[in-house]
Amino acid sequence: MASWGEASQSRLIGKRIARLSGKDKVTGKAKYTYDINRPGLLYARILRSEVAHANVLDIDMSRAEELPGVKAVLPIIEVGKKLRYQGQEIAAVAAETDDIAKDALRLIFVDLEELPFVVTKEDAMAEGAPQIRDWVGNKSNPGTDERGEVDKGFNEAAVTVEATYHTPVQTHVCLETHGHVAEWTDEQNLTVWASTQGVFGVRDDLAGRFGLPANQVRVITEHMGGGFGSKFGPGVEGHTAAQLAKITGQPVKLMLTRKAEHLVAGNRPSMTQHVKAGASRDGRLIAYDMKGYGTGGISSGAGFQAPYVYSVANRRTERFNVTINAGNQRAMRAPGHPQGAFAMDSLMDELAEKLGMNPLEFRRINDSNEIRQAQYTLGAQEIGWHRRNTIPGSGTGVKKRGMGVGSGLWGGGGGRGTQARVTINADGSVEAVTGTQDIGTGIRTAIAIIVAEEFGLTPTDIDVKVGDSGPGLRSGGSGGSQTTASVAPVIKTAAEAAIQKLFEHVAPLLQAPVDDLRVGNGTIYVASDRTKTVTWNQATGLLGMESISEGGNWDPELREKDVAGTQFAEVEVDTETGNVQVLKIVAVQDCGLAINRLTTESQINGGVIMGLGQTLLEERIMDPQTGRMLNANLEDYKVPGTFEIPEIKSIVFDTHRKVTGVGEPPCIPTLGAIANAVYNAIGVRIRELPITPDKVLTALAEKKA
Amino acid sequence: MSEKEKKQSKNISRRSFIKGVGTGTVAATVAPAILVGNEKTAEAQTDGAVDSAKIQLNINEQVYEVDVEARTTLLSVLRDGIDTAGDNVDLTGAKLICDRGECGGCTVLVDGKPVYACMMLAMDAQGQQITTVEGIADGNNLHPVQEAFIKHDALMCGFCTPGFIVSSVALLNENNKPTIAEIKEGLSGNTCRCGTYPFIFDAVETASQKM
Repeated sequence: MASWGEASQSRLIGKRIARLSGKDKVTGKAKYTYDINRPGLLYARILRSEVAHANVLDIDMSRAEELPGVKAVLPIIEVGKKLRYQGQEIAAVAAETDDIAKDALRLIFVDLEELPFVVTKEDAMAEGAPQIRDWVGNKSNPGTDERGEVDKGFNEAAVTVEATYHTPVQTHVCLETHGHVAEWTDEQNLTVWASTQGVFGVRDDLAGRFGLPANQVRVITEHMGGGFGSKFGPGVEGHTAAQLAKITGQPVKLMLTRKAEHLVAGNRPSMTQHVKAGASRDGRLIAYDMKGYGTGGISSGAGFQAPYVYSVANRRTERFNVTINAGNQRAMRAPGHPQGAFAMDSLMDELAEKLGMNPLEFRRINDSNEIRQAQYTLGAQEIGWHRRNTIPGSGTGVKKRGMGVGSGLWGGGGGRGTQARVTINADGSVEAVTGTQDIGTGIRTAIAIIVAEEFGLTPTDIDVKVGDSGPGLRSGGSGGSQTTASVAPVIKTAAEAAIQKLFEHVAPLLQAPVDDLRVGNGTIYVASDRTKTVTWNQATGLLGMESISEGGNWDPELREKDVAGTQFAEVEVDTETGNVQVLKIVAVQDCGLAINRLTTESQINGGVIMGLGQTLLEERIMDPQTGRMLNANLEDYKVPGTFEIPEIKSIVFDTHRKVTGVGEPPCIPTLGAIANAVYNAIGVRIRELPITPDKVLTALAEKKA
Repeated sequence: MSEKEKKQSKNISRRSFIKGVGTGTVAATVAPAILVGNEKTAEAQTDGAVDSAKIQLNINEQVYEVDVEARTTLLSVLRDGIDTAGDNVDLTGAKLICDRGECGGCTVLVDGKPVYACMMLAMDAQGQQITTVEGIADGNNLHPVQEAFIKHDALMCGFCTPGFIVSSVALLNENNKPTIAEIKEGLSGNTCRCGTYPFIFDAVETASQKM
């Protein structure tokens, strides 16, 4: 049976190893899509709607076309069609410089007939609200689910809680905006540098759009500056870049502006939940009834998890989607989970308080996940759970401290569909090639570690080639925390096959059977007689004019899915300013077999920080008067900065020797942990994110009154 | 230009420049023509000869001669500039992320001080020593800050990393034994979305011990 072997025998796997791309990234040599300069490069920009809803009556591009330096102007929306959200594409230009492209956009004149719009889900549901889609209402038909005996559960409940929880729309804020550089090498061959989480997805989409065989489109993503779920297909901007390059016969770079990134490049939908839940005297969650909705913008997709993580047999849920005139949602880091976790973990605390129970004990009773049970113990020790206020808000002084806990679960686990090749050359060099992409999570380094472990080499000896569809070795998009669990087993089996082949060449020289050969530290030796040894280069020298090149296969025995996580937060709330400062987060995250402990810790830190941003800072603010987003920049849309960063204790909770993914799970439990800590500090519960100073002060004032 | 004038022009940021040219233009700059619907306003910005000038910039101890317009930013020269010999400047380490002095992704040193290159006009950078992230290492020898960033994994996607490297070097040049609070303050002008901050703080601490 395939196995990653024992931890004690791993030389590299599970250790802290610096990422291979580090030097290029700290010296500025790493080239992202945004950095690609090509001979004759043109710069493209897109004219976007500034209104939320309008009929397009006329588009006059003639003045823009006449501007010196403009090479092409391309309409995107047709006259007679509707613009349905701010940021929607109208037309694009390609010009010799970016400044000329900007000027040219100002010379495109668009005649619009403005229409009534709605940009908040409450307005969209109000009586008499403008219906913004002709074929279906603003409110979708509800999806319902009922299990067990809900009414009986409530009748038997000793305590019940009814509450409404809200989370706002959050945007991805990829630092490298979405974009592409497109270049036609001839009429039938297109090369595209793309800031993407899926090079093969972009390749297949563009091939289909331009009627080309897939192998005549090459997509390259050497490095990319953040995606968080929003960067899969080429999108309108990718199609436009390729079309402009085709028209002009020159390479075209089209990167979104920061504003457009907020408006059209995806977001996490909002959520509102009205929930009622009941628990028995002995602390069992026995009834749950939830009505909820959210908006994902102009289309649908505002789903969330409810109930979440904890077991409740008797439950009824009803949820629907609300359409508004705003840019659409895309998958965002654990779609549906953080907002669901915030509501559920808040609810659990409210029930525990009514029962007079320690919220951690209440969770233990209702959590069937054994890994998380162990994590509760470890996390509580690390944070010093005994120090929390037994009576919420009972601390003295202006600045009050409190503690909270939250939980999460994520599938991960990977799947088939990755092809890889591991090659050993006669000069001793090693290549590992696959079509995945490194979106900052460190898969490039993980691949090197796995191959180096199998070959007795060091990770820097392995030349890893990813982020290029050119070699034709397909791999899936990097989403759902699937990359490592999809890629690692294939790389491992390919490396195992390659080293077996090398052993066959070495066996006659060492006069030993193949299955008695082992790799050492840059050597191959005979297990039963360790005096018999050759260096790596002596061994590969035997290949002469040949090289060894092996593929691998995805073995589900090598991976794990469904990873549990728990986080504890300690906060300090300034009751005069309303400011919440997170002091410490303990994140206990099931990581399966962490290939690289260092980059795994980085991912946990990153998840916690994104969760912190969602809890305390982030919100897309839409203006109901103008239909526009009021904070489509990095000043008014707040993401965590240095001052917000608490001490983070990221605990790689490696319970088993199977790989899994941790890109998403650590951003889930943070919300409930912080929100519950705020309650524990001040004794007033804030049920709407983000927990900003105004909400804290209002809540404190209401409590006093 | 007198010394005083020179000093003043150096201090003009892009934002104060926009503020200074009258509300009519501001409206056109902020809102596109589809809302303004005023051809004249657009014309005023784009028609007629565009003033440009040949300037020399000293970047990473190398002189670059480039043609720039009054509006050309230092960042635009670094990333997209073409020198008068026809070669790309191609110093793409400094990143364009927010394009308005909010994120620090384009931080460079100007006479040793950290500056947002998106907020400085290229013309104002004349006569000063500009150091980009490409000029931080001494040939193949990485700066202690760069070494420490790699060791501590103070980067994930790496897009904000050049800005953080330059800001960290500037911080340690001013204060070579910063406390954690001083590190947070020194790097507060830089934004990371992957959430690498804790390891950045560790890296700066490690680097400070080697400086």
